[in-house]
Amino acid sequence: MSLRDAGDPVELAARYNEQGADELVFLDITASSDNRDTMVDVVARTARQVFIPLTVGGGIRVVEDARRIIHSGADKVSVNTAAVHRPALITEVSNEFGAQACVLAIDAKRNTKGGWNVFTKGGRVDEGIDAVEWAARGEALGAGEILLTSMDSDGVQTGFDCALTRAVSRATKIPVIASGGGGLPEHFIEVLTDGEADAALAASIFHYGTYTVDQLKAELEKAGVPVRRTA
Amino acid sequence: MITVVNYGAGNLRSVENTLAEVGATYHVTQSAAEIDAAAKLILPGVGHFGQMLRALDDLGIREALIRKAKSGAPFLGICLGLQAMFESSAEAPEQKGLGLFPGSVDRFPQDARCPHMGWNEIVPREGARLLRNIGPKPYVYFAHSYYCPVIDATAATCHYTRHYTAVLESGNIFGVQFHPEKSGPLGLKIIKNFVEL
Repeated sequence: MSLRDAGDPVELAARYNEQGADELVFLDITASSDNRDTMVDVVARTARQVFIPLTVGGGIRVVEDARRIIHSGADKVSVNTAAVHRPALITEVSNEFGAQACVLAIDAKRNTKGGWNVFTKGGRVDEGIDAVEWAARGEALGAGEILLTSMDSDGVQTGFDCALTRAVSRATKIPVIASGGGGLPEHFIEVLTDGEADAALAASIFHYGTYTVDQLKAELEKAGVPVRRTA
Repeated sequence: MITVVNYGAGNLRSVENTLAEVGATYHVTQSAAEIDAAAKLILPGVGHFGQMLRALDDLGIREALIRKAKSGAPFLGICLGLQAMFESSAEAPEQKGLGLFPGSVDRFPQDARCPHMGWNEIVPREGARLLRNIGPKPYVYFAHSYYCPVIDATAATCHYTRHYTAVLESGNIFGVQFHPEKSGPLGLKIIKNFVEL
């Protein structure tokens, strides 16, 4: 679950934790240095009351950025734009904190050739790189997980891009988290089965109270997808 | 009072937050004398088997940990802290483990999605003290590429490409492969069980 600017992040994190969220992701897509100080504080306060894995991304350019976030209580950091421009960052973070703490976030958008290109800067810049190849390279460089967002479906809640998640999942041997497009329980069922994703991330569906985490999990369970139920 | 071993590599923040949440008092140490004096000990672990064991040797605390484990004081290893209790690991074949338990830690096969990262169900053995009153279908959070074999002291197993040790319990020595500090209310309960031993 990703917390965009939809309320106090610490409060939301606590609420989703109570609803049975499996992990939390804080993505600061603006990521100015002022915001990073705020983020460190948000992470520290969240980690004192929420006891599930916490991934934090946005503006991580060097190992020291990752260290501040991890020492404030995050379990994993996600790298995106800076890793595209300097892929060694993935290896540096992975060597320092372990592959399990190094998430490669990829924003992918369909191109005209039937594939997907990597976009950076919060989805504004087309890097002209093949997203599936980049995912495989990220794994080779030391990433322990891929957070894969479809820019075509992000925010519109009409379903995940299952062809994208399937392609990335088959090209890698690390967990792939699908993001972008989850609006209905069917979408989650589809991406976790046909889409071959290991996990699914959602924001709007929970922020706007369409479903609670537990209601969504109940639907997944009915469809035979193994889930952790807490409520 | 819980003594938490800081060998320098891992981030102890989440273990500390968890102990604070269950109302335990704790302190963090790197000293053999304080390990010898500990009433209850937690050995958290994250990172690389070889690096961890070398760090324990550099700090001169390997023998103190082995003494403590054999003293009967409750001793809990978490994740790599569990793996360190075995004789060796495929992650660093040249490096000796603490050797509290027989056998070697192995890597998940190359064709498996690895690390094994995420929530998975564990199957407890009846009477496991660390797992008292945790309820049915316990799901806990794992993040690891290497696994401990199932041995006599195994108190719960998990299945990921094979059955392996998720919880180990022998006298007052305990180990968990998953991260109780990241396993929600169930994880807090497990830590509380340890604190209340």
